Amino acid sequence: MRYLEDIQIGHRRELGSFTFTAESIKTFAEQFDPQPFHLDEEAGRKSLFGGLAASGWHVASVCMKLLVADGQRAKAEAEARGEEPPVGGPSPGFRDLRWIRPVLAGDTLTYSSEVVSVRATATRPGWGILQSKNVAVNQRGEEAYSFLGSVFLPQRGDAA
Amino acid sequence: MTLTFEDFKPGHFGTFGPRHITRDEIVAYAREYDPQPMHLDEDAANASMLKGLAGSGWHMCSLMMRMIYDGFLHKSASMGSPGVDQMRWLAPFRPGDDLTLDVEVVEARASQSRPTLGIVKFKFSMLNAKGQTISEMITPIMIGRREAAAGN
Repeated sequence: MRYLEDIQIGHRRELGSFTFTAESIKTFAEQFDPQPFHLDEEAGRKSLFGGLAASGWHVASVCMKLLVADGQRAKAEAEARGEEPPVGGPSPGFRDLRWIRPVLAGDTLTYSSEVVSVRATATRPGWGILQSKNVAVNQRGEEAYSFLGSVFLPQRGDAA
Repeated sequence: MTLTFEDFKPGHFGTFGPRHITRDEIVAYAREYDPQPMHLDEDAANASMLKGLAGSGWHMCSLMMRMIYDGFLHKSASMGSPGVDQMRWLAPFRPGDDLTLDVEVVEARASQSRPTLGIVKFKFSMLNAKGQTISEMITPIMIGRREAAAGN
């Protein structure tokens, strides 16, 4: 986590990988998205997905898990350099979220995040908004998931 | 009776819930998927922009999905969704909230490439007990057409 002024457009971070087992797909689906194609192999095969498919919200939740872990790594790296990293704010939302390909049991997604834009906010002095495009590719290198996320970041401003 | 594409006309579709939110479920989701202090710990949350313990936005998405399923999708010919046009997290949701889902059909159009289904664009609004809209999502869902469903 850095100040708004430190962010470079186009900066990209690898977030890591996650394998969607049949068990993890069903556990998430039972709680949040119990449509038959997320719970049952046979129903999945008969669906547009062609197999037991992870809920799109499971794919999205795992992305957040990896984004947070990456933020914690970045914070530790900054502290190791003797810097005191700022505390980031919440997110106002996202746009253009695409479930491009089904994520089937056994698939491994590798996620990355690239900075698209940074801007100051008129409504919250001292803060700006960072927009990033987050993407996941499967083990065949095919894009399976992407979205444009936004998050509030503090500005260094005159304080530094 | 299964709801098919033909049952979704532009306009207000329905209101579903309320769904009571506990602190335990907010923290459980956050531990697994979004372990930021503002979703886990009261003191850290009080010091944050959210000014109090609040659920993850992605937890909100997942809860919305479950309320959509329980509300009407379970008895529909849903064939999944290609994505979400826009999600706005307008205000935090908190332990003890009772959430209501308001469903509006924005447009319904037949698929050119797949004659067995249509694409229904929804606007889902999540409201708390005070009637404040805390999240708003615009998303298309693919839903089977009546003739195709009858042929199964």
